[in-house]
Amino acid sequence: MRQLTMIQAVQEAMRMALESDERVMVLGEDVGRNGGVFRATEGLQARFGEHRVVDTPLAESAIVGTAIGLAVAGMRPIAEIQFLGFIYEAMEQIAGQAARVRFRSSGQYTVPMVIRAPFGGGVRTPELHSDSLEALFVHTPGVKVVMPSNPRDAKGLLLAAVRDPDPVLYLEPLKLYRAFRADVPEDWYEVPIGQAGVVVEGDDVTLIGWGPTVPVAVKAAEAARERWGYSCEVIDLRTLAPMDTAALVASVEKTGRAVVVHEAVQTGGVGAEVAARIAEGAFLSLEAPVARVTGYDTPYPPPAVEDAWLPGVDRVVEAVRRTVTF
Amino acid sequence: MEIYAPGGPKPEYRVLNEDGSVVGRVPDLPEDRFIDMYRAMVLARTFDERALNLQRQGRIGTYAPFSGQEAAQIGSFAALEKDDWVFPSYREWAGLIYHGFPMDRALLYSMGHPAGAQAPPDLRVFPVQIVIASQLLHAVGAGWACQLRGERSVAAAFFGDGATSEGDFHEALNMASVFRVPVIFFCQNNGWAISVPVSHQMRSATVAQKAVAYGIDGVRVDGNDVLAVFEVMHRAVEQARSGGGPMLIEAVTYRLGPHTTADDPTRYRDEAEWKQWREQRDPIHRYRKFLEKRGLWDEEKESALREESRRSVDDAVLRAESHPKADPSAVFDHVYGSIPPDLARQKNDLMGRTIQGKGAGA
Repeated sequence: MRQLTMIQAVQEAMRMALESDERVMVLGEDVGRNGGVFRATEGLQARFGEHRVVDTPLAESAIVGTAIGLAVAGMRPIAEIQFLGFIYEAMEQIAGQAARVRFRSSGQYTVPMVIRAPFGGGVRTPELHSDSLEALFVHTPGVKVVMPSNPRDAKGLLLAAVRDPDPVLYLEPLKLYRAFRADVPEDWYEVPIGQAGVVVEGDDVTLIGWGPTVPVAVKAAEAARERWGYSCEVIDLRTLAPMDTAALVASVEKTGRAVVVHEAVQTGGVGAEVAARIAEGAFLSLEAPVARVTGYDTPYPPPAVEDAWLPGVDRVVEAVRRTVTF
Repeated sequence: MEIYAPGGPKPEYRVLNEDGSVVGRVPDLPEDRFIDMYRAMVLARTFDERALNLQRQGRIGTYAPFSGQEAAQIGSFAALEKDDWVFPSYREWAGLIYHGFPMDRALLYSMGHPAGAQAPPDLRVFPVQIVIASQLLHAVGAGWACQLRGERSVAAAFFGDGATSEGDFHEALNMASVFRVPVIFFCQNNGWAISVPVSHQMRSATVAQKAVAYGIDGVRVDGNDVLAVFEVMHRAVEQARSGGGPMLIEAVTYRLGPHTTADDPTRYRDEAEWKQWREQRDPIHRYRKFLEKRGLWDEEKESALREESRRSVDDAVLRAESHPKADPSAVFDHVYGSIPPDLARQKNDLMGRTIQGKGAGA
């Protein structure tokens, strides 16, 4: 099978979505002529025209708000926010509007829309280009939140998001855009929204990550096996809302221990929700408290110090050790 | 160096003056259309006054009255067709009822019933918007979709003077201009955003002139002159329909009542100003005088219409109050297209509690 990077997989998914359904359109800043600042939309405007791949004015609220109207009136917009840190500009249109149109109208109007946004640390960006803001949207009923950690899921989740009847935030870990290649089927396939994946099977402790922390968790699992012979299970949450509680509980019932790893700040983070669900669903199986390895409770730091701030392999390995020897 | 200096206010476009005399071009409409608009204005005023009373009696919740703005709303909606998209704010019931939104549903909205946000299926009316100016962008998107899909429909956004300070107002005008979207931005400048007068909302002399900065057309119209409003809106709709792009309309009017039933305008508003609008610039009085001068209306018709309007509103109140109660468990059914497992568990939890007779809040 041919191998693609994540950014190629994202681009291929959008190309196939545009081909398969004339209601699909892509809009955002620099997505047309420039092909996106990360090349996610490379070549799409040349192929599908400037009415389907649209360079918009520089206005995040307008991009999302207009996409809502487009979706309500029969289109299937894929809106791009250039960096997730800029999405605050569009928070009202997402949380106050897109998330509530179906609810407010008792199902009369719906917003089948995808909002793509790159995010994540470790790539030496200016301020507000690296923040992980998934918790804001997990706390917003009416939107779904997905996050791929590899090229195969990147394509399958995006195709599922385009076909989904509700607004989906599709968050792209920019550190993984070109980090590695993997097998990606050429056909249309969908990774179901709402299903976590087991990346590594194991018996002693469950590591739970999403997006950029999945490769970190996998490396930590290898290190813990090499050093102490621990058998770690690694779960890639893939969809953060609605969350696959059953997969978390099933794994922890087997291992009795859990370590959650995310780049977002700790307090009020999705890790807290994961820990709560494990406590509710698998309390009697737990041999140790659920550990969290996360960003610290500060604004995302400047590039010169971000490596120390990010939850790296060493911190995860330490947490695994603490949890297993509790 | 050329400095773009702010201009003074352009005169408001008018067809009728305050005593109903013709001072402009009367739109070329069949007689029954003239009368329909008047009937709608009287019905709307009857509805509004009744809704205020219902709120005082505790039979409906918070309500935002529109009295004084009937001409702006009915004149503008009269230029729209059923398959045009409408994105209203919360103070648009006069226009919405004229457009075909049932009065009992309008009351249900203020009773906090979800059915009050649902338009009949033959209309493209969005639920009323609470957040100021958010709906302008939705209108841009819907109008754009019509353009892309080759439909002849246009979109219209309704909002007040306060909305023109919001970022979404500016983003919407810019976006619509860049893509030449068939959308009409209809601003009812009623002088007050709760307690803040329009003179504190902006330094511009008019709302209409803001259009110029975005490269679109702007018009300022006497919002208490239903014929002038119709004429201006009609032209804007025709322009949008024929690919000529968006227009910003400023209808200058006045909110005779409070912002909502929860506030007291005597705390911030000068009584003399209110009195002047109430006694000398009432839009219904003005239009009635016009119809009388044309021989289309008289006292007998007026009393029959008042009686008929009262009865229609009575019927609507009866229908709203006998509408089936909202089912608390239904809140779970319209969060997503299909209910996720954890939400289904929460729904079962609530349903179990309601069945046990503890009530939804127990």
